[in-house]
Amino acid sequence: MKVAFVGATRGMGRALARRLAERGDGLFLLGRDSGEMELSARDLEARGAPAPVGQAALDLSRPDGFGAALDAADRALSRIDALVVTGGVFAAQDELATDLSRLGALLHTNFTGTVLICQEAAERLAARGGGLICAFSSVAGDRARRSNYLYGASKAGLSVFLDGLDLAYRDRGVRVLCVKPGFVRTAMTAGLPVPPFAGEPDAVARAVVAAIDAGRHVVYAPSVWRFIMLVIRALPRAVLRRVQL
Amino acid sequence: MARLTPSESEAPWSFEPVAGWGRHPVEVGRVERPEHLALPAGAEPLVPRGLGRAYGDAALPSAPGGCVLESTRADRIREFDPVTGQLRCEAGLSLAEILRVFVPRGWFPPVTPGTKFVTVGACVACDVHGKNHHRDGSFGGFVDRLRLLTADGRLVDCGPGRERELFLATVGGMGLTGLIVEVTLRLRRVETPWIVLETQGVAGLEAMLEGLRLSAAHWPYTVGWIDCLAQGSDVGRGILMRGRHATQVEAGTRRARRGRRIHVPIDAPEWLLNPLFMRWFNRLYAWSHGRTLRRRVVSYDAFFYPLDAISQWNRLYGPRGFLQYQCVVPRTAGPRPVAALLERLAAAGAASFLAVIKDCGPASEAYLSFPLEGTTLALDLPYRGAVTEDLIHELNAIVIDHGGRIYLAKDAVTRAADFARMERRLAQWRAVRDRWDPGHRFRSALSVRLLGDTV
Repeated sequence: MKVAFVGATRGMGRALARRLAERGDGLFLLGRDSGEMELSARDLEARGAPAPVGQAALDLSRPDGFGAALDAADRALSRIDALVVTGGVFAAQDELATDLSRLGALLHTNFTGTVLICQEAAERLAARGGGLICAFSSVAGDRARRSNYLYGASKAGLSVFLDGLDLAYRDRGVRVLCVKPGFVRTAMTAGLPVPPFAGEPDAVARAVVAAIDAGRHVVYAPSVWRFIMLVIRALPRAVLRRVQL
Repeated sequence: MARLTPSESEAPWSFEPVAGWGRHPVEVGRVERPEHLALPAGAEPLVPRGLGRAYGDAALPSAPGGCVLESTRADRIREFDPVTGQLRCEAGLSLAEILRVFVPRGWFPPVTPGTKFVTVGACVACDVHGKNHHRDGSFGGFVDRLRLLTADGRLVDCGPGRERELFLATVGGMGLTGLIVEVTLRLRRVETPWIVLETQGVAGLEAMLEGLRLSAAHWPYTVGWIDCLAQGSDVGRGILMRGRHATQVEAGTRRARRGRRIHVPIDAPEWLLNPLFMRWFNRLYAWSHGRTLRRRVVSYDAFFYPLDAISQWNRLYGPRGFLQYQCVVPRTAGPRPVAALLERLAAAGAASFLAVIKDCGPASEAYLSFPLEGTTLALDLPYRGAVTEDLIHELNAIVIDHGGRIYLAKDAVTRAADFARMERRLAQWRAVRDRWDPGHRFRSALSVRLLGDTV
């Protein structure tokens, strides 16, 4: 694959980019911090990604730069055939509930920005015969819980979009993978209480690579979260009103 | 992903119980795991930590709630030279990851301890040794350069030829001279991922020491397992193991299997590893092996990291945890101190089941590096309170009498006065530490216990 990667410097994105590099996939990094991308580029080259691993500036909250960023990836890898988006933002519910500007920024980045770049890339890939769009949503989008419905709403919208994108573009050769991580121990979730069944970034990365190879359209990681969410989705509303979930 | 916090540079943290691999002692720490190693704002004491495989209190905070800076997420490779094998990486990179990435390309860590779940930074801080110590020395000998964040917040490069004193104080310095953020080391070329292994049953201590000595000349890796429950003329009975990297001809068409890790989900009850069971286990093991010489080709995982196949095996010792005791006594003292240690252990009523014995080569110049030319003995002791601690003090007395010392990466209970008697280079090390960290900002439960740092 020749992958334009948003979010390869940190957490699950770092782990996934490494697994792709080890398979010899071509990588081009998109993100906000060029110094961090430079460090990750060297790391990925040492792990097997064809050198040089290039980079271009991209801010998921500024859609006007998406075209130029994808152009740069196309030039560097002589036309990409995959877009991976692990980037996004997270904040605790109580921080978002009272700060509308932060809530707006989160919704804009996780939903609007991610949707727009995936849509643009899907069109590009379809026009050249196909490819892969892989974006990280979250189990938080599967059912509203009072503890994280604001973050969850941004991911619920993204999940529906990715689901539809897969339906709409599969005929044109574009496969779409929606990744729904459960609680994963990363710098993003540091400081939060760790629930049971917490996962590690590299295990998520391996599950995602396997799902890409199998052509699946959705993957829960760690896989046990598929069943946990099955249960949570089945909970009657009266129960959700009473429990602090 | 990014996290929207009031200030994005502020590292999130959490209060967690922190313990070494032996799970005794335990202390609450304020644990940070940043993806980019930096010193926390302010001047509060902190202790660097890797994957938590030191057994005792080396990576525990100096006081309840103290800052613990865990390096495991700072794990990027900065540079690798495929001609020389020189690797520059962030301190949180683990040997497991180095093996996974570089063994398929024909490179191996120059020195490895008995677990691969250790960070490179910790390998330097503990100056770890392995089965090749008699030939290659310890980890620090393969380090070309270190980058440290010192107490005053400066980035300082040191190595054998630059800021040499700081380098010698940092190798084996238990993280107390500064935060190791980057390590440059030399990997070793290997032809295959396989190891030619020879094992031989030996009847007693003299035979074991002689076997190690004779094997050392021709084998890069040697080690012995001793049945600690054997008594009388059987003291020192065990199995001698020696290995070397296999050639392509020897490895043939073997292909690596992806090993499954067995998981220990809960603390085992304390009666599980009971003396009766272990006595018969050891007898059966020794009996099944006999005195024969066996030769076979095994994976590097099976040879170097047999216990890594069982994740969280430390739970087998039950909720109270265990101590590991490792000491080295100089060769000039002869086999007597080793025999005395084993006899004392046997008399203690089967406190330990199995000991690992190994001959060490010349000591490193690094001030607090553990190995010295002689024999090292390592064993697990289930923690049973004062009885276990007293036993360790008694073992320490034997070690001191014969000019030996203990391994800080294993220790949790040695007294400061005893340590000072073992460690003749301590004053030199203190002088360098005081120069770079006069306020002892880098401080751990171990440095409070052994070096007189204030809580």
